[in-house]
Amino acid sequence: MSATDTLAAAPVGAARLPGRFATFWRGFAANRGALLGLAVLVLLVLVALLAPLVAPHSPIQQYRAHFLTPPAWERGGSLEFPLGTDDVGRDILSRLIFGARLSLLIGVAVVGLALSSGTVLGLVAAFAGGTLDVGIMRLMDVMLVFPSLLLAIVIVAILGPSLFNAMLAVASVSVPGYTRLARASALGELGRDYVTATRCAGAGRLRLMFVTVLPNCLAPLIVQASLGFSNAILDAAALGFLGLGAQPPTPEWGTMLAGALEFYQRAPWVLTFPGLAILVTVLAFNLVGDGLRDALDPKLRR
Amino acid sequence: MLRFVLRRVALIVPTFIGVTFASFLLIHLVPGDPIEVRAGEHGISPQRHAELLHEYGLDQPLWKQFVDYERQVASGNLGTSIVRQDSVWTEFLQLFPATVELSLCAILFAIAIGMPLGIIAAIRRGSIFDYGLMGLSVTGASMPIFWWGLIMILVFSVSLGWTPVSGRISDAFYVQPITGFMLIDCWFSDDAGACSSAASHLILPTIVLGTIPLAVIARMTRSAMLEVLGEDYVRTARAKGLSGPRVIIVHALRNALIPVVTVIGLQVGTLLSGAILTETVFAWPGIGHWLVESVQRRDYPVLQGGVLLVAALVMLVNLGVDLTYGLLNPRIRR
Repeated sequence: MSATDTLAAAPVGAARLPGRFATFWRGFAANRGALLGLAVLVLLVLVALLAPLVAPHSPIQQYRAHFLTPPAWERGGSLEFPLGTDDVGRDILSRLIFGARLSLLIGVAVVGLALSSGTVLGLVAAFAGGTLDVGIMRLMDVMLVFPSLLLAIVIVAILGPSLFNAMLAVASVSVPGYTRLARASALGELGRDYVTATRCAGAGRLRLMFVTVLPNCLAPLIVQASLGFSNAILDAAALGFLGLGAQPPTPEWGTMLAGALEFYQRAPWVLTFPGLAILVTVLAFNLVGDGLRDALDPKLRR
Repeated sequence: MLRFVLRRVALIVPTFIGVTFASFLLIHLVPGDPIEVRAGEHGISPQRHAELLHEYGLDQPLWKQFVDYERQVASGNLGTSIVRQDSVWTEFLQLFPATVELSLCAILFAIAIGMPLGIIAAIRRGSIFDYGLMGLSVTGASMPIFWWGLIMILVFSVSLGWTPVSGRISDAFYVQPITGFMLIDCWFSDDAGACSSAASHLILPTIVLGTIPLAVIARMTRSAMLEVLGEDYVRTARAKGLSGPRVIIVHALRNALIPVVTVIGLQVGTLLSGAILTETVFAWPGIGHWLVESVQRRDYPVLQGGVLLVAALVMLVNLGVDLTYGLLNPRIRR
């Protein structure tokens, strides 16, 4: 991982220098919360990958004889539906398990899209300077003025509600953060000797941007990206909740909550579990993000 | 100082023009042209359609329409709502106090609880209290607040029956709107029942909207205090024999406050995003609820005008924070 370049210079004290990864891991593992978060994430990824094997039922199969069955430990519940069923008799546990796939997909797609386009924009702004720089950064300023959820709502209003459009909206909303970070750290690197040396050696602009400078700007970007997962999942769930994200019967967690609105007072389990799933997932990503920040970028430590 | 103020204000102009351009584009980017949008599901004859296009100047080149739009915005005309036929500006003014009231209560709640907790955690660094609070703080910051609001309703309104489920005040009371702030209007009306009804409607939304800022403020206060407590002047104050509380409150807290105040100022956007969800959950008649409804009813003029007003508001608050910060800290005036 080239992002740990800066760490190689850190004093380690031992006679034999540990590898980059070992140094990083020691910093990360010192944070117990981060380890817990990582464990939850690994479990979540496994569940998502093996969803058809671990889920007891199909996420969209409706059992006509079992509307709003309570969870197994409550009166009237049965082990057939461990977390109960919803208003049309679908197994909630199975829907949550398949929903994990969507949430992880949302996280990966949104962060991937926002990180890559934001980084490219930031690097271009830093390298080009002048009008292009001002133009890009002003555009980002304008985007930052809108509260993120509101901007996402506007984008969905234009594109129409669907999971894909919600992901696109949430990704666009988070681009300015990455652009600013990438530009700031690239500007910091541009004046360094190694950049001048590489330039003198005849490296082209693209090479300078992506091979020489980018690896040294990665630490803050990785930290921001790891925290971006939780924002992406929260915002996409919020859009789903407002009816502007994934549409029923997709087992997206926010959409499941929207569907529970009519009868959650009678059947609280329909509400409780999807929300807990969102909370635990977002919490795990935040814990891992904090751990990464402490391990990768001591400057950003709060 | 004057130069600093003027430069900050001047910086806002291009951003504001960008914001108006974005809201101008909005109505052109939604499927169908503005006339079709306005006609909605009734449809419209092609001939009438062409007439209206001409009447509203929509057959003009885009740049000319934009100039016209800028002129309209400058004269305070933000269009009319399709659903209610009111001007967007009037609707905004009616609903805005509700959002301000809720947001102010939420941020005050977050400060009142978050700062003391952060201070105690910093003083007792490494204690169980510290770990517990930081754990709770990460959890709070990870909270899907739309779910959190529903859980609160379930526990406090449905099971315990302590608080009402939704709205700003019980239907049993009529309060003459003077300021638009329900608590203040109730105070003026001299009706104790109305006051307590308004207050009880406010409690849950305040807690829900305040949760994330509370978590952020507690965390920020703790780290700012930790930094300051390690400084020489705090050690000097201790060495002088000053009492513990005096050192903490007079010497440490005052300096720790600067980053905390900045963070509070930057919470406005978060607060407005949160207000959209909180108002939807509690059927709170404010700006957030209004905007979500406008999307669901395809009332695009409202969305266009509302988005512009919210963005302008955020810009003003950011400007205010910047200027205050410059006032407090001469170094950044440059």
